[in-house]
Amino acid sequence: MDKTVRFRVRVKDSIANVKAMIFHPMETGYRRDKNSKSIIPQHFVHTAIVALNGKTIMEVHWSRSVSKNPYLNIRVPGVSAGDELSISWLDNMGQSGSGVSTIS
Amino acid sequence: MVSEAHHRRIFLKSALAVISSLIVPSVGYSRWDKNAYNKTEIVASVQSVGVTNLADLREGVGKITLLTPKIAENGAIVPITVNSKIPNTERIFIFAEKNPQPLVSDYVFTPHVEPFVASRIKMSETAFVHAIVLAEGVFYRTAREVKVTIGGCGEDS
Repeated sequence: MDKTVRFRVRVKDSIANVKAMIFHPMETGYRRDKNSKSIIPQHFVHTAIVALNGKTIMEVHWSRSVSKNPYLNIRVPGVSAGDELSISWLDNMGQSGSGVSTIS
Repeated sequence: MVSEAHHRRIFLKSALAVISSLIVPSVGYSRWDKNAYNKTEIVASVQSVGVTNLADLREGVGKITLLTPKIAENGAIVPITVNSKIPNTERIFIFAEKNPQPLVSDYVFTPHVEPFVASRIKMSETAFVHAIVLAEGVFYRTAREVKVTIGGCGEDS
């Protein structure tokens, strides 16, 4: 498992308050490199899939207008200890990553 | 005897039927929609997610909670929170009206997750942020203005 996704999960009344961060530059394609002055190409996560025990519960679509290291806060009801929450992402350059958090 | 005008009508009808079958409805379309994300103007952008007639947008005040800062000193990180109280919320779309491409993100919900999302977006300049919720085939909208001190899409982000 790579380390591109970081989770912070708090469970209260069996509702998981999930805060996740994906480490990604989210380049808009409008910025210039400070040294070479050339345009830094667009590079952004366009899709992230949130799954609970392997079953998709939410689909996230982002643009280059989402901030660097995208942050996602969602609420998942009806969780119990041992449930596995995962986020898998895919960017416009074909790179991907994922992370899993086990509900305690 | 079948007139030429009648033939033309039949042709037009069948041509229209073919054309409309080619238009894939964006409702229920849950892959990253390149066409919608590439639109450069807010009205075209909103229409491209399925709101073909803007007059169909229902008032979302009181039904959608949209939290944004009044003033964002850094347009590269603008926190936004959307919470829908509309039953069977299927989807939430976020737009930053004056960004080069206004559609910022969209979220596809299932009954296994609450219709709530918080994230951080970039804004190029002071503009309205719109949250559009799709529930049972109906679109609802609410908006809030965010004053941006330093734009967050270019050199300074």
